[in-house]
Amino acid sequence: MKEHPTTVLLIEDERQMRRFLRVALQSEGYNAIEAETAATGLSEAALRNPDIVLLDLGLPDMDGLEVIARLREWSSVPVIVITARDQEGDKIKALDGGADDYLTKPFGAGELLARMRVSLRHAALKGQDQREAVFKADNLTIDFLKRLVFLGGEEIHLTPIEYRLLTVLARNAGKVMTHRQILKEVWGPPYVEQTHYLRVFMNQLRKKIEPDAARPCFLLNEPGVGYRFQTPREG
Amino acid sequence: METDRPDPDELLDRTISQEQRQGQGKLKIFFGAAPGVGKTYAMLAAARTRQFETDLVVGVVETHGRQETEVLLEGLTILPRRCVAYRGRELWEFDLEAALARRPTLIIVDELAHTNAPGAKHHKRWQDIQELLEAGISVYTTVNVQHLESLNDVIRQITGILVRETLPDSFLDRADEIELIDLPPEELLERLREGKVYLPEQAERAKEHFFRKGNLIALRELALRRTAEQVDEQMESYRRQEGVHALWPAAERILVCVGANPRSVRLIRTARRMAAGLRAEWIAAHVEAPSHVRPSAEDLQLLTEHMRLAASLGAETVTLTGRRASEEILNYARRRNVSKIIVGKPTHPRWKDKLLGSPLDEIVRGSGDIEVFVVTGDDSSEPRSRPNHKPGAAKFNKREWAWTLGTVAACTALGVLLRPYFDRTDLAMLYLFGIVAVSARTSRWPAFAATLLSVAAFDFFFVPPFFTFAVADIGFVLTFGVMFFVAHLITRLTLQIRDQAEVARKREQNTAALYALTRKLSRERKKEGILHIAARQISEVFASRVMVLVLDKTGELVEQETGAGTYPLDQKEKSVAQWVCDNRHYAGLGTETLSGTKALYLPLVATSGAIGVVGVRPEEADRRFDLGEIYFLESFVNQTAMAVERVLLAKEAHEERLRAETQHVRNAFLSSISHDLRTPLAVVAGAASTLLERDTSLDNSGRRELLQTIHEEASRLERVIRNVLALTRLESGSLTVRKEWQQLEEIIGVVLNRFTDRLKAYPLSLHIPDDLPLVAFDTLLLEQVLTNLVENVLRHTPAGTAVDITAGLGKNTILVEVADRGPGIPENEEKAIFSKFMRGTRTRSGAGIGLSICRAIVEAHGGSIWAENREGGGATFKFLLPIEGTPPPLPFEEAET
Repeated sequence: MKEHPTTVLLIEDERQMRRFLRVALQSEGYNAIEAETAATGLSEAALRNPDIVLLDLGLPDMDGLEVIARLREWSSVPVIVITARDQEGDKIKALDGGADDYLTKPFGAGELLARMRVSLRHAALKGQDQREAVFKADNLTIDFLKRLVFLGGEEIHLTPIEYRLLTVLARNAGKVMTHRQILKEVWGPPYVEQTHYLRVFMNQLRKKIEPDAARPCFLLNEPGVGYRFQTPREG
Repeated sequence: METDRPDPDELLDRTISQEQRQGQGKLKIFFGAAPGVGKTYAMLAAARTRQFETDLVVGVVETHGRQETEVLLEGLTILPRRCVAYRGRELWEFDLEAALARRPTLIIVDELAHTNAPGAKHHKRWQDIQELLEAGISVYTTVNVQHLESLNDVIRQITGILVRETLPDSFLDRADEIELIDLPPEELLERLREGKVYLPEQAERAKEHFFRKGNLIALRELALRRTAEQVDEQMESYRRQEGVHALWPAAERILVCVGANPRSVRLIRTARRMAAGLRAEWIAAHVEAPSHVRPSAEDLQLLTEHMRLAASLGAETVTLTGRRASEEILNYARRRNVSKIIVGKPTHPRWKDKLLGSPLDEIVRGSGDIEVFVVTGDDSSEPRSRPNHKPGAAKFNKREWAWTLGTVAACTALGVLLRPYFDRTDLAMLYLFGIVAVSARTSRWPAFAATLLSVAAFDFFFVPPFFTFAVADIGFVLTFGVMFFVAHLITRLTLQIRDQAEVARKREQNTAALYALTRKLSRERKKEGILHIAARQISEVFASRVMVLVLDKTGELVEQETGAGTYPLDQKEKSVAQWVCDNRHYAGLGTETLSGTKALYLPLVATSGAIGVVGVRPEEADRRFDLGEIYFLESFVNQTAMAVERVLLAKEAHEERLRAETQHVRNAFLSSISHDLRTPLAVVAGAASTLLERDTSLDNSGRRELLQTIHEEASRLERVIRNVLALTRLESGSLTVRKEWQQLEEIIGVVLNRFTDRLKAYPLSLHIPDDLPLVAFDTLLLEQVLTNLVENVLRHTPAGTAVDITAGLGKNTILVEVADRGPGIPENEEKAIFSKFMRGTRTRSGAGIGLSICRAIVEAHGGSIWAENREGGGATFKFLLPIEGTPPPLPFEEAET
């Protein structure tokens, strides 16, 4: 990785929550900067130029969505939002508004760190503007150049849409993608509301690449939000 | 008769009248024998003594220019009068609305018997006063004896003057106090001479007519007697209230037979006087029997008036039905324990009685121990009803007469043709046949004419000398006589049968209509629906437009949409409707109250009070409802009110039950929730403090175990809170089901992933068909259902037992089953486990709300959920989701690569 420790900006108003996050982050060797309010968070982001931002959506002084929007005006730093359950609408808005991923309270340290790693990796790749020619996850291989998909060495026949669907998710492996984001990428902007397309094709795709379609290990459903391509278990 | 025990009827009446009087104003009447005795003066003098202790207002006082009286008015608050333009004149009338708005404690309203100017709210001033009393305002008023309804004909006999401004005796009876203002005739005449009563020229005229000494003496006697009766009554009522039971009178009941005949008015008045004298209750009965000709519209009108008069004089009115009036009257009289029957003296010729039987005779003979009073029918004493009775006004029906003439002509023609072959007397039979044909289709007069014409035609054409009315053989006179008599009898009988059929038909129609209404109403469960049905039914049966107004929560009358033909409601109609609602008495078109409206208004009265008003406007603009129709309408409206009340009561009971249930549930919720929240919290707190305080003495595995416990209990706590939140939302109704077309399989996958670790110990098999279609549901909610069901399995079944999750496609439904091989559900608890806070009896852990949330969510999706025990042990939880509609089409998929 990088030489200097990764800097994490933690914008969270709950003291106990910050304490837990700080301990978890430090245990992983991250450098945590804490901000109690959105305003200090935004100025810290400008001053300290963090590598990643953890943002609680329920801040007292500003709407979390507003924080993301302001941040995105000048920065492409990965942002992971922390939400309470039953805020699916906010999650989607945050993700569509530029957040990279989300965590639902309560969550474990392992989950948090895994999400952060994914986001950091994607950010790094984006910086290099380099795309891998071949994607591998467990026994699944996607050859982007030849447009071929293999499962355990055997070629899988996919329809064009299924292929696009798989590649969109695989390129964002580990990251959640909202229904809108996927629909926009696969079918195009006019189709962002047609979530039922997604469900039908996702079902077909699962049957082709998942060992057990009912208990998928690659194409995970994030209820009410979207889908996530599960990367091979890390750490 | 035993009289030491209070009559229960009497007790009831007393309670009712006391209840009715609660909150009403007091009525004091200053009663006099003639104008000029000083009633107004006495009233004002009495009022002045209370001037400072009460809120006193003068509504109307007629001083007739008398100075002593005018002086008394000084310093009193006088309500401005209302100016009414009537036939180019300005009438200054008592302003009822202003008085009601002003709400004094005591108001002075002179001349109780006054008739209001047309267009006023009420026809008579006593009705105004009644309303004031009902509004809780006490009233002082004056009246002379000649205005009393029941004395009307007596007064006319004494003075020769017909008094048109009459007052129902019942109103005088309801007075709380009557003060007789008495002045000996000589003194009155003296006052008249001095010009204290009328202005000089008026006085001169008055002296000639009304103010004759004889008159005054008679009037004074009447006034004294009437007051004595009143005092007597008050004494009686006092004794009853104080329980002086020795003086209970033997209950007398008087029944008076009333008909359309104008003479009935006299009978009614006589009955009233007799009833008052005996302190008896009295009943005015009318027998609706087609024993004679069909009653004309005028007769019906008269009858209605008579019954109304009787009612206003305090009688109970009843209409009996039967072929023989005498029989019906006697039967009814026996049933009601009537002690005296009053009937009119017959005026028809004696031969009619001989021929057709005399109802009077039958009553007298059949009366047994009931006394029968026969009262003279002196026509001239009944001028009141005369103007209304227009003889010969029966509608001239051309078709009937054409039919009559045609039939007689046809009989004649046929007779002429048949003459060569038949005997003359046989030809007479032809005419009889013709008469039957005529009377079967026409009314009384054409039928009678047919009889006459037939006899004449027979004479003219078939009796020698032909073509003259002369008769050669005197024997034919007998033929004519018999022919006429037989023909007349046939006519009568035919008409009678027809009328009977008509009455029966009408009655049956009414009964059927009412029955139909009741039946329809009984099926309805909603107030709106009931009003809808009632409005349509009334509109149909009475050929009217119907308006239903209901009282809303703020006490405003608002129009209720009924779907039936309605009519515009202007301010005037609306105020009448309001009055009807406030006073719970019908008014408007065809009644005596506020009759200037285009519609009749009837109150919808439930036990709790008025709930609305029904307005009925006939389709034909000039149609008026007669009393019979109004009664019939009333029964319609009452049925409706009863139905509405039934619904309201049911709703109330339901709400009450719900409240009690909610209370119970809330308590259970609190105890359940505190248990479910505290247990994991206690574990977390305990484990954490152990780690903190005893860190050094713990080995690694011990430490790890405690940490594991904290982790598990925290996630349990999270699920409990999630359920509690869901429940709160469900309860508050803020939970919205956001249905989207979904893949059921996906959600099952999500839930199984969530429980991956805990499910490892259970052999799990999934049975989900490949071709499961998209179903519209709310992902998050359904996820919660499945989570709760799986959690329920994990909690109640031992590790190592098989778990089956099955989904199947039914007819327009999807069935999902979560089945285990655990201990199963205790008998009879299959349903109860879905109710709130029922925890399975076997285990004490876990919130009891999980399954109830499942039920709420599934039901919110229009599905159902239930549980049953499996064959071979274990329980299965099943829920059905409806598949509504079809998912939107999918885009065309390009060919495979």
